[in-house]
Amino acid sequence: MVAIGVWVATRKGLFRLASDEARRAWRIEGPHFLGQVVNHAVADPRDGRTVVAAVRAGHLGPTVYRSTDGGTSWKESSRPPAFPKAAAGADAETVSHVFWLTPAAASEPGRWYAGTSPQALFVSGDGGDRWEGVRGFNEHPDRRRWIGSPQDAPPDGGTLHSINVDPADARHLYVGCSSGGVFETHDGGAHWAPLNRGCAADFLPDPDAEYGHDPHCLRVHPQTGDVYQQNHCGIYRLDRAARRWERIGRAMPQDVGDIGFPMVLHPRDARTLWVFPMDGGTVWPRTALGGHPAVYRSRDAGGSWERQDRGLPPEQAWFTVKRQSMCADTLDPAGVYFGTTSGEVWASTDEGASWSCIAMHLPHIYSVEASAGS
Amino acid sequence: MKVILPSPLAEYTGHAREVEARGATVDEVLRDLDRRYPGLRFRVVDEQDAIRPHIKVFVNQVQARHLTEALRPTDQVLVVAALSGG
Repeated sequence: MVAIGVWVATRKGLFRLASDEARRAWRIEGPHFLGQVVNHAVADPRDGRTVVAAVRAGHLGPTVYRSTDGGTSWKESSRPPAFPKAAAGADAETVSHVFWLTPAAASEPGRWYAGTSPQALFVSGDGGDRWEGVRGFNEHPDRRRWIGSPQDAPPDGGTLHSINVDPADARHLYVGCSSGGVFETHDGGAHWAPLNRGCAADFLPDPDAEYGHDPHCLRVHPQTGDVYQQNHCGIYRLDRAARRWERIGRAMPQDVGDIGFPMVLHPRDARTLWVFPMDGGTVWPRTALGGHPAVYRSRDAGGSWERQDRGLPPEQAWFTVKRQSMCADTLDPAGVYFGTTSGEVWASTDEGASWSCIAMHLPHIYSVEASAGS
Repeated sequence: MKVILPSPLAEYTGHAREVEARGATVDEVLRDLDRRYPGLRFRVVDEQDAIRPHIKVFVNQVQARHLTEALRPTDQVLVVAALSGG
């Protein structure tokens, strides 16, 4: 019986790794969408059957596929995320690709959010079949200032990612924009405000800029609502009352630093989190530091960190772990997983103490998402 | 008229690479195809009605750059998935 499924989205298709509760033996299924870019694939924890995948072929436009039988069969969205047709002479935007998918709160079955490149937010009320723009964000008068021009965007284009729902309030959402920063809404998307005070943006002249930041991965704890982010410029925890970020990455070893892409929170303990530091020196190689990959775990909300590299390659391993490519399952002890740009999936069944490679030779991995029972 | 489609679109047409379509413009032909093969048009035309960057449309071997180009019933439309990445 499958206890854990891990959806692995890659530059050339989608795979699923499956195991029982022991998580010792894994089988690999797929590929689905062979040859197509799959940026994100997420199983719906609310029904245990639905899986939604963001797909784009090299030649063709972006779309979304959905499965209602755990990935056995797939059907294309009948209205994928797209901007409205612009009036003649107006600045027209087109969705380059769908980058991020998040199921909404448990109280809103069938509702999903999607983040795209360029930075825009879309919502579906029917399990991912038909999507419409969240006008409060996409048509916000400050949006263009927040996200900047294409020149301000990362090489693969700006993205809206890290869509998180406050577990205490389904209408309170957080999103991350690269570039742009973190933004939140308290009314289900009608109104938005930047949430970046205290967060560094070394590439901006204003040391306390209101927006323009580069959050790499934002996570909200599913039980407590605690908020953390791995930013281009460090690791942070949100002081919710003060609406200000505190740089908990200062407690990382100085020779490691606090640069990276992914971040993972423990499913039950909001003070435990994992990051995957990368080389942010000189020209920003964005590879495992020194060719010796390591995960770092904090068990005190970022007050201190411990290195976890047992089982990982000791040398000459130069992969990158992207922002969606690290996750935890919900078993006890929690399993932690990450996928690499060199097509390997690594797993720990002891909360990071030791690691083993459970898949290799896959295409460049874009995301890794665990799901219970599917 | 005859429309020849590239392999990336074959899953929409039940793997038929040559299909018949009707329309007085490139846009009408693509919309006719989309009615029978839902989703096909959005993969080759974006939401601003521009032909996507790695797609080329030829009418009788002459490239059509806009959806508004007029067609005659005897024309042949060729949709090509051009060079794109590795």
